[in-house]
Amino acid sequence: MSNRSKSTNTFNRRTLLKGAAGAVGLAAGSGAITGFPYVRAAEPKVLRYLGTAVNEGDEISKKCLEDTGIKIEYITATTDDVTKRVITQPNSFDVLDTEYFSLKKLVPSGNILALDAKKIKEFDNITPVFTKGQLPSGKKVGDQGTAPWKVLYLEGANSKTFSPTPTEFVTLIPTVYNADTLGIRPDIIKRPIESWAELLNPEFKGKASILNIPSIGIMDAAMVVEATGQHKYADKGNMTKAEIDLTIKALIEAKKTGQFRAFWKDFNESVNLMASGETVIQSMWSPAVTKVRSMGIPCIFQPLKEGYRSWASGFCVSKAVSGPKLDLAYEFVNWFLSGWAGAYLNRQGYYSAVLSTAKANMTADEWGYWMEGKPAVADIKGPDGTVLEKAGAKRDGGSYEDRMGAVACWNSVMDENDYMVRKWNEFIAA
Amino acid sequence: MLSRDLARSAQVPLQLKVPLRFDKSRFGLTEIGCSMVQDRKSFVAWLQSVPMMLVFALFFLLPMLLVTIVSAWDYNEYEMIPAFSLRGYSDTFEGCIADLPDLCTILKTYLNTLKLCFLTWSLTLLIGFTVAYFLAFHVRSKTWQIVLTLLCTIPFWTSNVIRMIAWIPLLGRNGLVNKGLLGAGLVQQPVEWLLYSEFSVVLALVHLFTFFMVVPIFNSLIRIDKRLIEAAYDAGASGWQTLVNVVIPLAKPGIVIGSIFVITIVMGDFVTIGVMGGGQIASAGKIIETRLNALQFPAAAANAVILLGVTIMIIAALTRVVDIRKEL
Repeated sequence: MSNRSKSTNTFNRRTLLKGAAGAVGLAAGSGAITGFPYVRAAEPKVLRYLGTAVNEGDEISKKCLEDTGIKIEYITATTDDVTKRVITQPNSFDVLDTEYFSLKKLVPSGNILALDAKKIKEFDNITPVFTKGQLPSGKKVGDQGTAPWKVLYLEGANSKTFSPTPTEFVTLIPTVYNADTLGIRPDIIKRPIESWAELLNPEFKGKASILNIPSIGIMDAAMVVEATGQHKYADKGNMTKAEIDLTIKALIEAKKTGQFRAFWKDFNESVNLMASGETVIQSMWSPAVTKVRSMGIPCIFQPLKEGYRSWASGFCVSKAVSGPKLDLAYEFVNWFLSGWAGAYLNRQGYYSAVLSTAKANMTADEWGYWMEGKPAVADIKGPDGTVLEKAGAKRDGGSYEDRMGAVACWNSVMDENDYMVRKWNEFIAA
Repeated sequence: MLSRDLARSAQVPLQLKVPLRFDKSRFGLTEIGCSMVQDRKSFVAWLQSVPMMLVFALFFLLPMLLVTIVSAWDYNEYEMIPAFSLRGYSDTFEGCIADLPDLCTILKTYLNTLKLCFLTWSLTLLIGFTVAYFLAFHVRSKTWQIVLTLLCTIPFWTSNVIRMIAWIPLLGRNGLVNKGLLGAGLVQQPVEWLLYSEFSVVLALVHLFTFFMVVPIFNSLIRIDKRLIEAAYDAGASGWQTLVNVVIPLAKPGIVIGSIFVITIVMGDFVTIGVMGGGQIASAGKIIETRLNALQFPAAAANAVILLGVTIMIIAALTRVVDIRKEL
């Protein structure tokens, strides 16, 4: 990989300079452009970025190259494949974009480098949701599941043990997070939806859907089970075997009566199900709701009284990275937290980890709509310039405080994960 | 199948040694000269079979061996542990005795996979044979035969996924078929079982894989000596009798080869079943995928070994009905 990237880069530069300077001028030319001696310039600033397609925007890599000269090479895979790749091929990437819940698998594997908090410029400005488990106002955030602050710190530079108290060794620098809930089609349902229990309401027989990713799907099911009063979990993100049995039983019963139209696994599937009217209520991700809405189809990311299931992702660095490459990785992470990318993410309906820098890169109206739950003064546009909401619209679920404050649990990997996966197969086969 | 081919390729040098001994007696060569020639010839023969053997060893035998070894390993949340454990297998058959008379997950899954496989196989066979029969016996000119066969390949110009997904806007609740039915007043409510059902899965599988039946059957039919059919006609056989007693027996190798293609693909498929079944239909391949995604490699490998075993048994039964090697 790294060899290939080097050669393509030299080739580009060569073609660029061919007309003007020729082969001899190459050394001098590149030296003059980057301001480094030739030896330094021969090693282009390239970072291999492993992650899912959702976070790998071309806009971000373009802007990053412009601002820092770092060329980002995206390696795109599904959530599961990203984890697989970190475990099996830790040398195949430099920077890893992953979620906190997968750290329970990644850190013990020893393939993740502990990052130095002191080298992250904005570390102290990272929202206290990650560092302390509370909102900027001091309100506590729900801590069921693999909440970020449980796995943010390591005990030492080479430790594989998470530290419950802050240390300078950080596993994953947060970049983006959100609170997920059910998406609904208000034009078809035609009545208010207020509880997770509605997902398994026979009224929506054959028109409901959940996520076919076992660890996340079962938590959505747990939200339903709790909402219907069948069981109160000590921790929805870490169930006992009996709780797994009970949750899967509820799912199987619903499946047998034909409650589900389909299960979805990726972003586009969820958009298609909802947009085509195959489903009217389903677990969903925020940008998917936005996508359906931008097609002119009414869709709401419905806030529910039991709260949200939250997730958070950010950057890890491969253990194989060291020296100048590691400096590059820090430079990239610092750039990412410096505001432009944060504003870009906020405009998609996500939240950025450092709020202050993102705010500086957004208009007051944008900030008011996305973060404060205020009605939009002018039309709200997405990062690509398409109009997402007309003036006067308000964000589903309201402000940052309202939404993140109502988080009930976090995406997680359970201690009984192996058993849960087996039961999930039973559910699919039922 | 593959291992049999391998065995055959390995046999080649052995067979070559026999005529060489005749050469010796006929020409009276000295012992030394002869053994040199013999060595060189057998060496060349071995050399010729080396690329094939290497390909099989590297890309078939070795991975199979690794999968089998790994299937007997232990594992935890993030790594495989090279210690002997049959956990992958015992977990897979969990509840198979305890849950009786209810079926356990793995049996239910395999019954379902076999059912889909059988439906797909019989439909592709029926359609594939009809198409091949038409091409071989009703289309007279070679040119048209080639043109029409090429026409059959057109769907293959796009990817599997596209061909599969194309069904969704057609069969959905608000899809073209339902709109047509509603518009014609044939139904009052949209027909739900058109999509995300076993119907849609089988439909997509038949659509995707019928061509794998057409080609080998066509290949068998085209090689039937036309005089045999004339003879049958002269002997007073009806069209149906000719088909059953002459054409089908002679097309057996093509039918078996096509069947092997279709069965092996459908047994291992999880993408088509996943997309067209809306993720609600279990398949043997899906179980492996779920396990892989949870990083439980040994459990996935154990399931792969089980799937391989089941598929090999089906293929063995098929080749017992027809000895392909003899017929080819």
